[in-house]
Amino acid sequence: MQKNCIYLDNNATTKVDPEVVEAMMPYMTDFYGNPSSMHTFGGQVGKAVKQARQQVAALLGADDSEIIFTSCGTEGDNAAIRAALLAQPEKRHIITTQVEHPAVLNVCKQLETQGYTVTYLSVNGKGQLDLDELEASLTGNTALVTIMYANNETGVIFPIEQIGLRVKEYGAIFHVDAVQAVGKIPLNMKTSTVDMLTMSGHKIHAPKGVGVLYVRRGVRFRPFIIGGQQERGRRSGTENVPGIIALGKAAELEMLHLEEATKRERKLRDRLEQAILTKIPDCEVNGDPTQRLPNTTNIGFKYIEGEAILLYLNQHGICASSGSACSSGSLEPSHVLRAMGLPYTILHGSIRFSLCRYTTEAEIDQVIAVMPDIIQRLRDMSPFKNDQAGWLQAQTLAHR
Amino acid sequence: MWEYTDKVLELFYNPKNQGEIEETAEQNVKVATGEVGSIACGDALRLHLKVQVNTDKILDARFQTFGCTSAIASSSALTELVKGLTLDEALAVTNKDIANYLGGLPEAKMHCSVMGQEALEAAIFNYRGIEREVHDDDDEGALICTCFGISDTKIRRVIRENSLITAEEVTNYVKAGGGCGSCLATIDDIIKEVQRESALEIAAPASNKIAVATKIAPSTLTTVQKIALIQKVLDEEVRPVLLADGGDVELYDVEGDKVKVLLQGACGSCSSSTATLKIAIEARLRDRISQSIVVEAVEPLF
Repeated sequence: MQKNCIYLDNNATTKVDPEVVEAMMPYMTDFYGNPSSMHTFGGQVGKAVKQARQQVAALLGADDSEIIFTSCGTEGDNAAIRAALLAQPEKRHIITTQVEHPAVLNVCKQLETQGYTVTYLSVNGKGQLDLDELEASLTGNTALVTIMYANNETGVIFPIEQIGLRVKEYGAIFHVDAVQAVGKIPLNMKTSTVDMLTMSGHKIHAPKGVGVLYVRRGVRFRPFIIGGQQERGRRSGTENVPGIIALGKAAELEMLHLEEATKRERKLRDRLEQAILTKIPDCEVNGDPTQRLPNTTNIGFKYIEGEAILLYLNQHGICASSGSACSSGSLEPSHVLRAMGLPYTILHGSIRFSLCRYTTEAEIDQVIAVMPDIIQRLRDMSPFKNDQAGWLQAQTLAHR
Repeated sequence: MWEYTDKVLELFYNPKNQGEIEETAEQNVKVATGEVGSIACGDALRLHLKVQVNTDKILDARFQTFGCTSAIASSSALTELVKGLTLDEALAVTNKDIANYLGGLPEAKMHCSVMGQEALEAAIFNYRGIEREVHDDDDEGALICTCFGISDTKIRRVIRENSLITAEEVTNYVKAGGGCGSCLATIDDIIKEVQRESALEIAAPASNKIAVATKIAPSTLTTVQKIALIQKVLDEEVRPVLLADGGDVELYDVEGDKVKVLLQGACGSCSSSTATLKIAIEARLRDRISQSIVVEAVEPLF
């Protein structure tokens, strides 16, 4: 199994911070009590869970009582959507966007089969929403607006607070999938218009299998998982204590590193991006160049296909990801890039590099060193060398 | 991550025969080119064949591919497979041959091998001035998958050639149904139609019995074709004999070369049922279909 690599796929998952591992280990070995137990052995675990809740609440600028531990981001999204609808059974309209994560999109699609109407807001070429379209979609029948904070593929950040102000005018519940935003941009739920917010542990250097759903005090919440009374009855099931402790520690570390790491990642990201754009012809950055996460760049390489690029990168020990169909198991390229209306020449050959606080300058330099040759080798094989290629000209290049 | 064979990776990282072949003034030599796929669909292949005119022999083959790892490896494999063949021999190369050359492809990537086979056909047909069967958007009902522009002709062909039995397999092989998915039900219908047609082909009038049996080599029979043929032999040649003795036989299941039957009536309780199985049924099926067939009796459920 490959251990050492240049890991630039941090929007997919992150390395667990050694301090996080250290914090959680005793709860996998010595302190295995059930936090709900009455005895001291369990009670001390309950106290540790409480501390983790405070650590997460601090990161989000929230109150402890507004934090519900979940198993992952997908659960948080599912729970938020269903809770919002159960709390307002008379309303049958949902607003979301075309570029959401499947954890939101697929729930919405399922709800459409159950009599709900869903508006999927479009994005422009930079991946940004049209707030007028949102405004025009809101009605008194709108139960829920569920919109991501930052896009996982392009890093594009949506104007969440502006959106929230509009949503509040119509009395709808506002849920935000912030899985990619938490730990990368400062958040403060106390001054926010957001009613519910999802985050995931493994995107912020905690392990997989733990997440959080923030629910603003006063927002009516109907639980998705019912059983015992854990999480004050809002998410039953014995707590994943080691995961929760880990998430608490990871949240504490994110707060500690946020400002400095953000600056550093942005600098390295820009260095990578600029070098690629300078050294390699016919490529461009996908998504809003300014309203974007500091750690993410999504670059489209014309006339070649993404999975092939990934495999060459893999040969050099570099991990990235692609929005191409061939790398995903689906036959359709990224729904995010398609929604942005990118031309086919770019669509299939887009690569996402996502950095973290462990990314080094030397690693970025190594990527910069190998990319031109990889792209050239694949373009040498491609029948489409430029937009003037006859075969390409005969085809429709516009977005389908 | 996809699990690619070593051969796929070898031909991806070190592709053979990549590039173009340009037409030269060389005597007795022509270049044939075939193009399939599109940048919209996410994979495309342009195949170049250098053909010796008087012998129809492929002297050289090269490719230009836009696509993933397996598309590039399949293209490279194709060029290796066809070099030295005559055009007629090359036309017999199937997508299975390409996949086999690579030591297999992930199921979801089989369409890359199909693209190779189609490019080969396109190049040879272009060379010979034969119009290929292409879908026509105006031809009502011919275009099945609008996302990837796949016609029923192509879907039917790939179902037959690869013995596909599910819409998911069709998607893996030609992409049809892999977009919005609205044509998946239609693909299911096409699969059923092809299966029905195959069964009918086999159950042709008795006068054509021998012709049908010899036309379809046992090794190339699809599962459906094989079952239909077994049923036909049982109905026409075995059951009349057993019925005359107060017995009967019913086909219960077919697993590879193992044919399971229910012996009924007098045959069910006959002390010579083993002989009936071996002589009256197994020997007949071996003679008509395949020497490797083994017949077993199963006990009735009630």
